[in-house]
Amino acid sequence: MIELAVGDVVAENSYHLTRDSLVRYAGASGDFNAIHYRDDIAGEVGLDGVLAHGMLTMGLAVQPVVDWLGARGTVRDYQVKFTRPVVVDPVHGADLAVVAKVGAVDADGARIDLTVSFGDLTVLGKAQVRVALASA
Amino acid sequence: MNPELQGRAFPPTEPYLVGREKVREFSRAVFATSPLNLDVEAARAAGYEDVVAPPTFAVVVQEKTLAQLLAEPDGGIDFTRVVHGSQQFTYTRPIIAGDELTATLSVTGVKTLGGHAMVTAESSIVDASGDHVVTAISTLVVRGDE
Repeated sequence: MIELAVGDVVAENSYHLTRDSLVRYAGASGDFNAIHYRDDIAGEVGLDGVLAHGMLTMGLAVQPVVDWLGARGTVRDYQVKFTRPVVVDPVHGADLAVVAKVGAVDADGARIDLTVSFGDLTVLGKAQVRVALASA
Repeated sequence: MNPELQGRAFPPTEPYLVGREKVREFSRAVFATSPLNLDVEAARAAGYEDVVAPPTFAVVVQEKTLAQLLAEPDGGIDFTRVVHGSQQFTYTRPIIAGDELTATLSVTGVKTLGGHAMVTAESSIVDASGDHVVTAISTLVVRGDE
């Protein structure tokens, strides 16, 4: 069993998103909403620019936890609220930082709380991953 | 939005066969680096039949149920006004390449908040044996007229 204490940072990573990342995610996921790759359409619906798919942000934010777990356990539950959009600049892209911290420890695993930041602001709320850890 | 959507059940989607290359493609798109997602031998060494899909891969199957919801003739949901509010996945086991998955949607909540409407769509995803794999829950916010 992995020794865990509430407040421990178990993993962190940063991700550089570009327009290419959004096109790649669109193809892989089947979400071809044009606000994720067309500036003109994003502008028409009142957005500040092309946005990353919320599900792309959710998908990458759990990866530090997946890597930390490896084959020692599995993700049992993963939930997020989408609180702020991630605008991806056509030239400079967008940088996201993920910090994964132990929120609670229970008999068969733990709740890992994610902080996902874009600049100074968080973009996901109540981002929680419940993991089951294999007994030693 | 039509409040009578609440409690409505939908027919199961056509079976979705999870392909190994699709798992790899999705894994790369979400910046996954775990060998379990990419390398068949690593996945087998960890006790899985084939590569393991990332935790959010279930959205690919769930999406077919959300399409049913948005296409509901009396639903009154304007797709261009829909914003994703929250998302949850509750797993019995991970999705593995080779799984044949079927999703069944039910609408578990409809409410109005100010000018906006919120719908909670719960999609239960089972394998070819009918055993539960994951439940995907989305809350969609339908923005009212500004």
